[in-house]
Amino acid sequence: MNVLLVLPLVIPLTTAAASLLAWRRLPLQRFLAVAGAAALLAASAALLAGVWTNGIAATQMGGWPAPFGITLVADLFSAVMVVLAGVVGLAVAVYSLASLDEPRESFGYYPLLHVLLMGVCGAFLTGDLFNLYVWFEVMLMASFVLLALGGEPDQLRGAIKYVTLNLVASALFLAAVGILYGLAGTLNLADLAGKLNSLAEPSTVTALAMLFLVAFGIKAAVFPLFFWLPASYHTPPVAVSAVFAGLLTKVGVYALIRVFTLLFVQDVGYTHTLILVLSGLTMVTGVLGAAAQQEFRRILSFHIISQIGYMILGLGLAGLTTSTALATLALAGSVFYITHHIIVKTNLFLVSGVARRLGGSFELKALGGLYRGRPGLAILFLIPALSLAGMPPLSGFFAKLSLVQAGLGAGQYAIVAVALVVGLLTLFSMTKIWAEAFWKPAPADSALDSPPPDLGPRERYTLLLPIGLLAVLTVTIGLAAGPVFTLATRAAEQLVNRDAYVHAVLGGQR
Amino acid sequence: MNSLILRVATRFMLPLLLLFSVFLLLRGHNEPGGGFSGGLVAASAFVLYGFAFGAAEAGHALGADPRRLIGAGLLLAVGSGSAALLAEQPLMTGLWAVVAVPGFGDLHLGTPLLFDVAVYLVVVGVTLSIVLPLAEE
Repeated sequence: MNVLLVLPLVIPLTTAAASLLAWRRLPLQRFLAVAGAAALLAASAALLAGVWTNGIAATQMGGWPAPFGITLVADLFSAVMVVLAGVVGLAVAVYSLASLDEPRESFGYYPLLHVLLMGVCGAFLTGDLFNLYVWFEVMLMASFVLLALGGEPDQLRGAIKYVTLNLVASALFLAAVGILYGLAGTLNLADLAGKLNSLAEPSTVTALAMLFLVAFGIKAAVFPLFFWLPASYHTPPVAVSAVFAGLLTKVGVYALIRVFTLLFVQDVGYTHTLILVLSGLTMVTGVLGAAAQQEFRRILSFHIISQIGYMILGLGLAGLTTSTALATLALAGSVFYITHHIIVKTNLFLVSGVARRLGGSFELKALGGLYRGRPGLAILFLIPALSLAGMPPLSGFFAKLSLVQAGLGAGQYAIVAVALVVGLLTLFSMTKIWAEAFWKPAPADSALDSPPPDLGPRERYTLLLPIGLLAVLTVTIGLAAGPVFTLATRAAEQLVNRDAYVHAVLGGQR
Repeated sequence: MNSLILRVATRFMLPLLLLFSVFLLLRGHNEPGGGFSGGLVAASAFVLYGFAFGAAEAGHALGADPRRLIGAGLLLAVGSGSAALLAEQPLMTGLWAVVAVPGFGDLHLGTPLLFDVAVYLVVVGVTLSIVLPLAEE
């Protein structure tokens, strides 16, 4: 267990370091990137299996006992997130092989990708708030460079907004961590969970909770703090967009769920109502923003925002209900939603890259006729797109279903109505892309006017294989919704029942 | 910069500074110092060399691509931290061996020293991979 817990950090770091040693040997770097990502996926799957059978695992770095040293903890939620990071990492690493230009590759794209994965995995596994801050920084540093790598004017314009807002978020996060430390004298999450309840001034804790909400809210692109996302995600190469879209905001969501289930559960009437309202506003603004866009990746970026709303919807509902069963159902909905969303969203971005390769543009106006020339690709787009909109029997349907059930059970009818309408609008957006890029005849001056350009044999595999496998995953999650939902439910039970987490960290010391 | 005094002085300073950086690295074991400050001193020695003879020469004197130093340092860091895993201890637990050196006494050697060396390499690598390309412009 001990070893499995640290492998998701050690493997990407080793891969990144080895790629640095192979700086001038691109073929070796490419091989390392794919092999490292595959190893990460294997290790994370083993971790998930271990946590599933043995319960929450914890290890103390350097052997320093719990509240003093740095703890790594993996409960099912963390383990699921790490597995998803592995899936996205592997898909994007393979996709990068054919989609990235050589200058970017030779300026450290692969080491950076793995540093990013390490930061993401670290954030999912840490059991210490300050350490969480450090992992956020690791992840952000790598993402800053990945976003700006290549130095096109558009990229730099996006990167400035992204960097500025994320630095503001980091500063707020750090300030909140400092105040919390002054208040409670500890930053270990398990330790804090106990201490925050016995503090004399609950209002201070609520104020702190708001600071964390803003800090993580910026990173998760929650209303009204999401402006950086649609301003930057469509600028870098598709592979970078895809990994950002799949993982980065979800780290913010993960942090929100973690602190608002483990730490800030004192004044739920205030904090979780706010989260619920924010989730509704996030869903609506995201989907309306998408409706106004005419560029493939911009539409997808706005949909990330709207989907973030669904993820924190479960969190808000879980806080507002007194029934444990309902809270579990709501959080299970969130976990299921995140699982489904990461795979689907990464896939949609990857498809946008292939559409661009074939049609020469991300603008829907300039695209067209892809269905006629590439029916296979069109199917590969339809699967994640319909899943995103929540069509049965794909994964998105079950994700939305459990959230809606939880909402109805908790008596929050307004938010359920919002969620359903936003689902419809999502379908509208996806049909817009379908109709414009795939269905309508190619514009006269388009690259697709003549028979579509052929992908080379190598490109065909490296571009389409990850897309195909992610699509298969989406369908599998939809068809095997039962087992996946059981997993999500058990993860949610661990989130609701805080004692198990606290005990794993502070009790049974390994 | 074309200065005879600087060039002659640098020839003497480079080994001295490097020696000092190693001293700092080892001293950091129990007293102020360590891989970070040692690495910065070593890097500044090569920067000084670059001032006197040009960045290309400094890179040549370093004998390796700074990025490779970063990679080697990171690998060493991972290795020193992971050694504990083989001993079934949590990651980054310090493992110690006491070596008796005749005429000196007991020498405590451990994985934290390797980690400090790793920090040293990474700091030298990062600093020089920033400074040397800038100086070449």
